[in-house]
Amino acid sequence: MALNLKRNIARPDDFYQELIDMQRDLSEDEAQLMNAKLILILSNHIGDGETLSEAMRLARDTVAGS
Amino acid sequence: MLNTYTWPEYPYVQSQDQQSTSPVRHPVIIIGAGLIGLTAALDCARKGIKVIILDDNNTVSVGSRAVCYAKRPLEVWDRLGVADQMVDKGISWNLGKVFFKEDLAYEFNLLAEQGHKMPAMINLQQYYCEQYLVDEVLKHRDLIDLRWRHKLISLTRHEDYTSLLVETPDGVFTVESEWLIACDGANSKVREAVHADFTGQFFHDRFLIADVVMKADFPTERWFWFDPLFHKNQSALLHKQSDDVWRLDFQMGWDADPKEATKPENIVPLIRAMLGDDTEFDLEWVSIYQFACRRIDNFRYGRIIFAGDSAHQVSPFGARGANTGVQDIDNLTWKLKMVMAGDAPDSFLDSYNEERSFAADDNLLNSTRSTDFITPKSKGSRIFRDAVLELSKKYEFARPLVNSGRLSTPTPYVNSSLNSPDEDDFDGGIVPGTNCVDAPITVAGQDGWLLNILGEDFIILVFGDKPRQSEISYGRLSAKVIVIGDQVKDRDGMAAARYDGGKGAVYLIRPDQHVAARWRLFDPDRIAAALARATGQITTGE
Repeated sequence: MALNLKRNIARPDDFYQELIDMQRDLSEDEAQLMNAKLILILSNHIGDGETLSEAMRLARDTVAGS
Repeated sequence: MLNTYTWPEYPYVQSQDQQSTSPVRHPVIIIGAGLIGLTAALDCARKGIKVIILDDNNTVSVGSRAVCYAKRPLEVWDRLGVADQMVDKGISWNLGKVFFKEDLAYEFNLLAEQGHKMPAMINLQQYYCEQYLVDEVLKHRDLIDLRWRHKLISLTRHEDYTSLLVETPDGVFTVESEWLIACDGANSKVREAVHADFTGQFFHDRFLIADVVMKADFPTERWFWFDPLFHKNQSALLHKQSDDVWRLDFQMGWDADPKEATKPENIVPLIRAMLGDDTEFDLEWVSIYQFACRRIDNFRYGRIIFAGDSAHQVSPFGARGANTGVQDIDNLTWKLKMVMAGDAPDSFLDSYNEERSFAADDNLLNSTRSTDFITPKSKGSRIFRDAVLELSKKYEFARPLVNSGRLSTPTPYVNSSLNSPDEDDFDGGIVPGTNCVDAPITVAGQDGWLLNILGEDFIILVFGDKPRQSEISYGRLSAKVIVIGDQVKDRDGMAAARYDGGKGAVYLIRPDQHVAARWRLFDPDRIAAALARATGQITTGE
């Protein structure tokens, strides 16, 4: 299963607002904890190791690092 | 002095080697009478090899140290005749609980599979294990010469022997050995002397371990806390041992002052907070340590062989230190015997490094992963760790991600050059390079165990029709045929199930109870070729 990088979310504005709204009342640390949980939940749903590796690489490669 | 245990004091005895005007040369000397050195001596004696053990002390391990012994090392000790008393004295446990902050995150059951002679895991203080091993060693005085208060000072390597300078209460003397097995621990003097690389990852953390005696009605379970209220931002572990002794581990952080931390006025309140105010206990032993995950660059330096902590050091999570070391010896001794007897080329012993460094790397990987989970190195990894723990309270999917130590299991030598890879179709069973699994059997009408009839020599285990041959030879080596259903009965059908023997199967099994090769049919030529390969006599092609 290759990572899908084409548009796949039917209502992008709704999704994005929902994501932001979820964290509106959270502190910085709480928001990070929620993000971590979200990553873990979605990762389990995807399951496929290659897809997860590809996603992690892609996310990491677009962050410069110090 | 402990309330529950009195250390034996073994006598120093002067040997004739110390009187000799020229150095006496011996076939095998083992440095260190710890768990691994004693196991090495017993395994050598079992194979008829005369050994001397030199130890700088005169007693067994101080403190409980290694606590958990897993099935495979127990099976090795059973082959050497010492496992029964360890299992009798040890504590068997099945239930583990993981706590996060004030809550139970989840619990797991080891659910030991039935039909094995040895339990999945026992807890026992290291001093008991060593004492039982010494008792057994003293029964073999014809082959094992155990010399206490003999401290290795220095050594000189020669092509076919090593010269050792040894200090005793009577002064210093020189002794020589054709083979040297270094079981002298993480700070190995032998390793230093050969200038071996011993590199890996150091962890900037300290752990305090305490043995307490308590009669309290705590269940026999393993309890692990992440970030408990009684020890904030750290981890803690509670484990039962023999004699109502409990092992407590506290992560202390890198900044902890070892001297301050081990003072009773600092430990007792911590223990009280963990066990509850009403629980009575006596503090028996305390130690603080830091650890590294690292291994030696080569387990073999010519005639010098490293085993146990002298060759690899792991974090304590998962009980991989002693358990791995015993398996080093299991792998080494039969190879050493064959090379010493001229039944295999000297290069065959390189396969000890090949197979055991592969296992060490697997252990180091597991150990490092547990450490990264238990002691996160960055804020980001700490957040992921806490997210996993919180999710594990409610959702099953997160539980496999919780890592409070993966309990030691043997590493199959899947890529070993001694294996003959599968050519026939198997549906499960024991893959070449893997240790044999036990099963209940009947031998001559008596109930017994499969592993007790394997090992020491090469064995061809046959499921199905009895072949014409009763053994297969290659050069000076031969392997004896054992037919399941003939001399040996598969009492509950577990052997056939575990070895995928239902459609007929032929396994070539090494002296260390590992599978070298397997087929569906008994083909003498293929068996002989696999025997040659498993003993380093064919290294390329067929």
